[in-house]
Amino acid sequence: MILLVDLSDKKRPLLRDEFVRPVAQIVGRSGAEWTCCHFTEVDGQALAGCGAVILCGTALKDRSYLDAREHFSWLRDAVNPVLGICAGMQVISLACGGIVYDCCEIGMVEVKTLVPHPLLPPGPQFSAFELHSIGCTAPPGWRVLALSQACIQAFCHPVRPLFGVMFHPEVRNEGVVERFLCRAGEGTS
Amino acid sequence: MRLGVLCSGGKDSLYACFRAMQAEEVVCLITIVPANPESYMFHTPNLHVVPLQATAAGLPLVSRESRGEKEEELIDLAGAISAARESHGIEGVVSGALMSVYQSSRVQRVCRELDLWCFNPLWYYDPRRYMGDLVASGFSVVISAVCAEPFDESWLGRRLDRDALSTLEAYSRDFGISLAGEGGEYETLVLDTPFFRKRIVIEESDTRYGNFRGSLCVTRARLEEK
Repeated sequence: MILLVDLSDKKRPLLRDEFVRPVAQIVGRSGAEWTCCHFTEVDGQALAGCGAVILCGTALKDRSYLDAREHFSWLRDAVNPVLGICAGMQVISLACGGIVYDCCEIGMVEVKTLVPHPLLPPGPQFSAFELHSIGCTAPPGWRVLALSQACIQAFCHPVRPLFGVMFHPEVRNEGVVERFLCRAGEGTS
Repeated sequence: MRLGVLCSGGKDSLYACFRAMQAEEVVCLITIVPANPESYMFHTPNLHVVPLQATAAGLPLVSRESRGEKEEELIDLAGAISAARESHGIEGVVSGALMSVYQSSRVQRVCRELDLWCFNPLWYYDPRRYMGDLVASGFSVVISAVCAEPFDESWLGRRLDRDALSTLEAYSRDFGISLAGEGGEYETLVLDTPFFRKRIVIEESDTRYGNFRGSLCVTRARLEEK
């Protein structure tokens, strides 16, 4: 079971169609079951019942998740595999000691791979869809895997299965999600 | 939140409007009328029917003309959205972008420049589920243009119902067309939706067709009670 976490403003349910549903479709196509909850509803019970967690992105103007950092403290000790997408990567960074800052990219950009990783598309660089107004640093001790001209595009924990990508893999890079599910033992792709 | 919906008159913009109405307050439709029929950004067949759709929906329409040239379209789009903000106090914009990174990125940039929210409720919606939902939700949609093999002339004006959807699925499988017409294989015109107070009736139209390309241009239409 995959737990999809909706990071959008709870007052804006329309955003779920745009940022959670495309990820849910990839998970479904991969043969894994999924459930979804808002980030304010993630608790020990929700985490215990799932094999992996995907933190989905949200709209450019939505910064509500940044004002609710107490809801992400579980990430510091997470044992489930976690993939943070865009805003999801930002909250991983914040929870684990990184910082966020204003940094906007919209549309397709070239991403340079620094450290080849099974989750990322193969090759030294790849095109990715960006939709963010905030960038983030890697938490201390984490590995930076990829960069665009503007900011860090992918990082991972050195030991635990925690990953963050700033680009939106649900657009033209579905393989990132599929490979994450496979590594988590949840997908068939 | 008060929203303006970018409306081309086709299924995607009006279904996005329908979804937005379920979550937020839609206060106007916004349309760009390009002079260039090959507009990069804006769907063009039967844009002159959009005012009738706005009336049917009981929504004001903010309409702007554009020369329809590649980057000027963005200036015209920003102008139309700004006008909607001034006249209707919109705080955000809804688009019917399905899979076009080109289209959605440009709308996102314009909204960011204007400090407005941007919603794309159909974004990467599985085409089969989307088309099924569209047909099941009470929309009356007709094919207004075709531009791919194997569409013949009989498709022009054809209602998008379960039979048509079944054939489109076969075309998608056998000819590689996008089920939702995302590749421009066909265009649509919406005649009725669950939120229209009246439905549109086409009284006269002009059909042109040849070599798998054709269009149905509505020359006279009216509203009728539902």
